[in-house]
Amino acid sequence: MSHGSGGRAMAQLISELFAAEFDNKFLAQGNDGALLPAANGRLVMATDSHVVSPLFFAGGDIGCLSVHGTINDVAVMGATPLYLSASFILEEGYPLADLKRIVESMAQAAREAGVHIVTGDTKVVEQGKGDGVFITTTGVGVVRDGVHLSGDLARPGDKILLSGTIGDHGMAILSQREGLTFSAPIVSDTTALHGLIETMLDSGVKLRVLRDPTRGGLATTLNEIAKQSGVGMMLHESAIVVNQPVEAACEFLGLDPLYVANEGKLIAICAPEDAQRLLEAMRAHPLAAQASIIGEVLDDAHGFVQMTTRLGGRRVVDWLAGEQLPRIC
Amino acid sequence: MIHAQIRVTGQVQGVGFRPFVYQLANELGLAGWVRNDSEGVEIAVEGERPQVMRLIERLQSEPPILARVEKVTHELAQASAGLQGFSIVESKSGKVRTGIAPDIATCPDCLAELFDPANRRYRHPFINCIHCGPRYTLTARLPYDRANTSMAKFTQCPACQQEYDTPTTRRFHAQPNACPQCGPHLSLFDAQWQPVAADDPIAATAELIQAGKIVAVKGIGGFHLVCDARNAAAVARLRNGKQREEKPFAVMVLNTLSARQCAQFREKDAALLETRERPIVLLRQSLACEAALPGIAPGLSSIGLMLPYAPLHYLLFHELLGKPEGADWLQQASPWVLVMTSANPGGEPLVKDDAEARESLTGLADAFLTHDRDILHRCDDSVMKWQGSAPIFLRRARGYTPRRIVLPFSGPSVLACGPWLKNTVCLTRGNEAFVSQHIGDLDHAGMRQMLEETVDYLCDILDVQPQAVAHDLHPDFYSTQFAQAYAAQRSLPVFAVQHHHAHIAAVCAEHRIDHPVIGLALDGIGMGTDGGAWGGELLRVEDARFERLGHLAPLTLPGGDRAAREPWRMAAAALFDLKRSAEIVGRFPAQGGAAIVLGMLQRKLNCVATSSMGRYFDTAAGLLGVCEVQGYEGQAAMLLEGLADRHGKVEPLADGYMITTDGVLDFYMLFAELADCKDAGYGAALFHATLAQGLSAWVRRAAAKSHLTHIALGGGCFLNNILSQALTDDLLAHGSHVLAAQQLPPNDGAISFGQACIALQHINQGA
Ligand SMILES: [Fe+3]
Ligand SMILES: [Mg+2]
Ligand SMILES: [Zn+2]
Ligand SMILES: [Zn+2]
Repeated sequence: MSHGSGGRAMAQLISELFAAEFDNKFLAQGNDGALLPAANGRLVMATDSHVVSPLFFAGGDIGCLSVHGTINDVAVMGATPLYLSASFILEEGYPLADLKRIVESMAQAAREAGVHIVTGDTKVVEQGKGDGVFITTTGVGVVRDGVHLSGDLARPGDKILLSGTIGDHGMAILSQREGLTFSAPIVSDTTALHGLIETMLDSGVKLRVLRDPTRGGLATTLNEIAKQSGVGMMLHESAIVVNQPVEAACEFLGLDPLYVANEGKLIAICAPEDAQRLLEAMRAHPLAAQASIIGEVLDDAHGFVQMTTRLGGRRVVDWLAGEQLPRIC
Repeated sequence: MIHAQIRVTGQVQGVGFRPFVYQLANELGLAGWVRNDSEGVEIAVEGERPQVMRLIERLQSEPPILARVEKVTHELAQASAGLQGFSIVESKSGKVRTGIAPDIATCPDCLAELFDPANRRYRHPFINCIHCGPRYTLTARLPYDRANTSMAKFTQCPACQQEYDTPTTRRFHAQPNACPQCGPHLSLFDAQWQPVAADDPIAATAELIQAGKIVAVKGIGGFHLVCDARNAAAVARLRNGKQREEKPFAVMVLNTLSARQCAQFREKDAALLETRERPIVLLRQSLACEAALPGIAPGLSSIGLMLPYAPLHYLLFHELLGKPEGADWLQQASPWVLVMTSANPGGEPLVKDDAEARESLTGLADAFLTHDRDILHRCDDSVMKWQGSAPIFLRRARGYTPRRIVLPFSGPSVLACGPWLKNTVCLTRGNEAFVSQHIGDLDHAGMRQMLEETVDYLCDILDVQPQAVAHDLHPDFYSTQFAQAYAAQRSLPVFAVQHHHAHIAAVCAEHRIDHPVIGLALDGIGMGTDGGAWGGELLRVEDARFERLGHLAPLTLPGGDRAAREPWRMAAAALFDLKRSAEIVGRFPAQGGAAIVLGMLQRKLNCVATSSMGRYFDTAAGLLGVCEVQGYEGQAAMLLEGLADRHGKVEPLADGYMITTDGVLDFYMLFAELADCKDAGYGAALFHATLAQGLSAWVRRAAAKSHLTHIALGGGCFLNNILSQALTDDLLAHGSHVLAAQQLPPNDGAISFGQACIALQHINQGA
């Protein structure tokens, strides 16, 4: 792949690749924009840029990740995702075969999720000015009637549910990037969550908050919710499941799995009387077989997210300014 | 005849100052009155000039035991008021300017009464007088009057009231005055919080302790967990319940004679143990200690000991010894050694009332001996030890807070919120600084709440509102976030202070230094101005400014904070630096992560660099195989110091250090030597000796270059006696002036004070 006129030629080639892989009637309109039918209900729109190294990792690649990430942001609003746009920034010289794999993976992820990639764009940058491939996707979906989910709706007494293990995605990426091997391979959990969310909405339970704990992990997402809702939380370490190799990797590397990214997990908050029913509905879905109630919402003006530890103590799970900076004196 | 209007300031309230004045005036035949007010004590006297002047002189020369007179001013006039007799008049309220006294151990007079069967306070667990008893922990606000203490709810019986009202008694205006009729009462509960029907709760408690049970006992500043320190099973059960596998427990013995069974003693140790403030004192274990007190201070060469300080403690020993008659037993050796560990389960704040005890000690204690005199401010036991010719603090709390530190400068009130670990807060008022009791590590919501309560309380008792707020550079410290929020709500300026600058400034302010110094901060980790993890810093400090002249050669922290808990990781990083990475996996067979850590070192993955001296100790401990994983903070360094102490002094390693032109002090060769050292005792001694030598040369070079002679030493590593002594001796021998922490600990307990001083200097310089 080369820049300049060659780059243009390449972009042409790529748009043909997209047309073939993403094939749908909206994309096939061939216009600069996609003309979409009127939607029935409130719309949700979300956008996310995907930058990941390595581009291919155990459990996925940047292609499916860029579909899942945006779909999930739409879905946790209680919406059924319908359409995606995709924008690529490619580094000159990136192998076409690899690009083909990425696009195929994206197409498959979109098909599985039942969404159409209806419009897109590609730019090629000079070698050294990109990191292989960057993909930005924007998603649009429609919210069901009667559903109102928002980060500011958590109330003291509410239960906090988590759909499964934490830390898988972040540690899969890290261990692969650094060439570290652990007792068992670590596989990213990247997946589309809207199917699970639909099951949860179908259960009839009134959900208050849904979030996917991606960058910054469970700890950061819960702190965001606590701040938005003006409440505190008490988590129970023993209820938070971490896959053994992830746990070991975190321990060796000195990382806290609570702060490691996930790409296929969600946090749900509901009234205490609904929690058990919601938990059962979640566990019945293959993506949340390991779901658990991980804590409660507290009345706390400080907005502290606390955790009872396995040793029987308690600590605050803080919102960190950046990296996990050393602070032991 | 002249009239004198006299004003006394300092620690003069709640310490028997007015009765002292009353007696003095009567003795000198002077008429007039004395009263407390917000500035201290005000006196009006009339009489012959020589008598009046004599009174003024004696106010300063022979004040009551607990008083600290700072200033006596007077105005003389012709006698005209026609004062008759001498009286003590009611407190005048107004702007509060005086301090509250700390909590002081039972005095000899009260002790004699406590065990005198003829005394009406015989065996009364709350006996006290103007010379002793709780103060800070039960005072809600100023002025220090009974109504403002947790004794307000106990109405004095006629006999107590009479003493309280009579200036010639030891209980005149002794606010916590009480007796068995009118005072607080003990009650004993079982493990399920059912009241234990016992004629005497103390006797029942003693029986439980004798039977190897763990009893939670409410004391002066909070609850202790108490058991027989000689009972290995009881101690093991306590460790298990407290989730504290190795950290040493403090013990209490009846008197210094009884302490000899577990500790080695010098005169000055006895004196420190017996001070009225009654700190826990770290002493060298006796040879028999480990066998006599199994599991109390495993692997260490020191033990933390204290003497009884509350009547309840004495009564417990009395029961345990079978209620001997008379008072002689108080001076005789007793075999009893009690574990007296703070009831702060899981690192949460010290438990101070029944509700908290019920919540967090149930399941841990077999019984609860509590009482109905409320503790308003939790205050842990202070911890001290001798370092050379000076006692130093490891933790400053009960007995010392809220004693003030007088600053060499003045300014608007500054609130400094301290660091993350061993947090204290500091509030200034004019040229006075008040450092709170040890709060602790801010990992827990409870600790954060204690920080906030302490800030409010300090503002109340000092009657000031901060005009500026200071905090650490680290953005993730709760103390930093609290400071910023506090300042934002009140539109106050904030000052972010570098951690090691604060360490040095604290030492300088204590010594009232007003000129530039060389500061040597040897510490764990504090965030540097470059965002790095500093901790072995050579600074030039001048008022609010500092310059980093040099630092220790950086070590790698494979796994960030995890490496601070696991010295084997530090050793692995050192081996990697020594180009001996092939040894890493083989040397640490117990560490499943050794191969991964090697990979991290090769790829520089989560491998932050630090110049921390604390990590130098960890590296040495890891290389010598002394400690691979720490059971508690500072364990590796303590073990290393103990080993070096037992081994005895050795010559420093020749060429064991190197100083680069840009001021970096490197101990690469020392680590190379330790990596091959088979004798951990020798290695530990060599490490200390070489460190001291290298540090001294480094400091002296910088001092000479900067034309400075004063060297201020700050940071937690100066708790290490061997290093501190050797370095200080060497610096003194070379003609330097050495400044070390005295009124505050050298560790992070002093950070809030240093932050406050720097902020004040900034303000004074118009920054
Ligand atoms: Fe420090
Ligand atoms: Mg997202
Ligand atoms: Zn007394
Ligand atoms: Zn009475």
